[in-house]
Amino acid sequence: MSTPLATAPSPAARPWRQLLVIWALLLTVPLWLPLLGGYTAMAGRVLVFALAAMSFNMLLGFTGVMSFGHAAYFGLGAYGAGLCLKFVAASTPLAMLAGTLLGGIAGTLFGLLLVRRRGVYFAMVTIAFGQVCFYIAYKWDDLTGGYDGLRGFTRAPIDLGFVTLDIANNGTLFYFFVLLVFGLAVGLQALILASPFGRTLLAIRENERRARFLGLPVERHIWLSFSISCFFTALAGSLYALLNNFADPLGLNYIMSGNIVMITVMGGMRTFWGPLVGAVLFVMLQDYVSSMTTNWMFFVGMTFVLVVLFFPRGLMGMLKKKAEA
Amino acid sequence: MLQLVLFNLTNGLIVGAFYVLMALGLSLIINLSNVVNFAHGNFLAIGGYLAFTLTPYLGFWGALLVSPFLTAIFGYVIEKLLIRHVYARNHIYSLLLTFGLGFILQDACRFIWGPSPLPLGIPDILSLPITPDLFFVTWYRVFMVVVVIVAVGGLFAFLRYTRVGMRIRAGTLDLDTVSALGVNVAALRSYNFAVGSFLAGLAGVLAAGQIGLNPNMGDDLIMPSFIAIIVGGVGSLTGTLLGGLLIGVASALTTVVYPAGAEAVIYIIMALVLLIRPRGLLGEEGMLT
Repeated sequence: MSTPLATAPSPAARPWRQLLVIWALLLTVPLWLPLLGGYTAMAGRVLVFALAAMSFNMLLGFTGVMSFGHAAYFGLGAYGAGLCLKFVAASTPLAMLAGTLLGGIAGTLFGLLLVRRRGVYFAMVTIAFGQVCFYIAYKWDDLTGGYDGLRGFTRAPIDLGFVTLDIANNGTLFYFFVLLVFGLAVGLQALILASPFGRTLLAIRENERRARFLGLPVERHIWLSFSISCFFTALAGSLYALLNNFADPLGLNYIMSGNIVMITVMGGMRTFWGPLVGAVLFVMLQDYVSSMTTNWMFFVGMTFVLVVLFFPRGLMGMLKKKAEA
Repeated sequence: MLQLVLFNLTNGLIVGAFYVLMALGLSLIINLSNVVNFAHGNFLAIGGYLAFTLTPYLGFWGALLVSPFLTAIFGYVIEKLLIRHVYARNHIYSLLLTFGLGFILQDACRFIWGPSPLPLGIPDILSLPITPDLFFVTWYRVFMVVVVIVAVGGLFAFLRYTRVGMRIRAGTLDLDTVSALGVNVAALRSYNFAVGSFLAGLAGVLAAGQIGLNPNMGDDLIMPSFIAIIVGGVGSLTGTLLGGLLIGVASALTTVVYPAGAEAVIYIIMALVLLIRPRGLLGEEGMLT
């Protein structure tokens, strides 16, 4: 390549080493995390947030469109999975399907109203849509448990016919289950981003007007990108419900949207793996701050402000810049 | 029944007036600087708390006059220190920055004034009802509406007749040209942010007199204010004014027939506007979209 695009996941030698390190670390989590004083459920939380943020990053980092309401689809995924487990059938895969469909379809429909908006206006409308979902979950007591959240369901063991995976009680096994789903979803995302469609998204991000002049149906592509991003985010949400055996209305709130954005930016929004790194940082910070002080808002807010002012590229973005320099 | 309708109608007007004050401030900042100030509700709380601190020295009237100015100065400082660094960057940074700032300010209020709700004393005469029949309409409610009308009138006069105001309006339409004509755009944005903060501070003092103070008192107002802006149309202050009143009154009237739907109707109006007239009621096509 004559002029390597700083943003494209270039198929050079380094990404393979990066992939190897990431997957080696993820696959051995139950071995080394307890030694560092962590617990496996924490790693599950990292994966769930990472999946949500990587899905969100397809939109922010790779299409150049910002949503500040992704908590809605994350939360709908969680409620969809929880309601399915509670009222329909004790089946984990079915619950995940239900959650993904609920959040994804809602996102696709909202997306129709959104695609012609740009910039801050787009963000404001996504915030408002997010609050609609929060509001419904909050008010519809009978179904959703209102303010207390949806309880009374547990993830079910997966029966593969020849063997039953007891993800309900075995935390380590559940971690590997989440990792499997994470790996499949993220692999699919990488394929989408590397496809011609993914390339047109990059073109829209870099120069929307030029993309339009080249004859790309910009609105339709943004809508598709938004929908795909919502489906994946909802999948992450359904995993979150399985992880906690609980769906929380606060998971739908704009504060959760802010967290997803923060995870993405903190890790590096123009890099594929950035949100995973961001999720590690975020979960560590969350754990540390909530155990240390009651003034968590101050510290979280401070982190936001400092990252925006001094580390806008995020950790992976900074590493990449250094490697290129 | 008539009393119930009247009660909710006055309620709606007052709630709508608050939406208008908040949304106008937000709208000013969005129009000129392209920044959605998530911390706007916290500026409201700070205005209210400052009034609480000032009341023992200046009385209610003094606090009502001084507190919004202090909030404006505070907003000016915050803009100089933090917000102006993100103007040139992706919008996502300004959202994250003000989002984090909101957290910090809320915890700061909790730290300085304590987590429990505080009352703001209002003069006795204002807490009387206007007539025995309309016992639910205190003079304070009338007073609030009058203050909001005066403030909104003042804002529009400021934007129309003062030099800074005219520049703000011009900058909303075409900031590059305004800059090329020799106007200090950085300073203009600071003043503009201060004006927005002033409106939030004023809303804070008024709200504190009615519902008292707590550190997250602005949170419930921020979302309807966003919707007021979306409904009215980004780029149009008159639209914001209309949007705020519309959703305030609509939600109050819904309370009469179907109380549970009071909040839902706000979102339904937004969805309808986005479907039928995506630019908002008075928004111009192509502006900021």
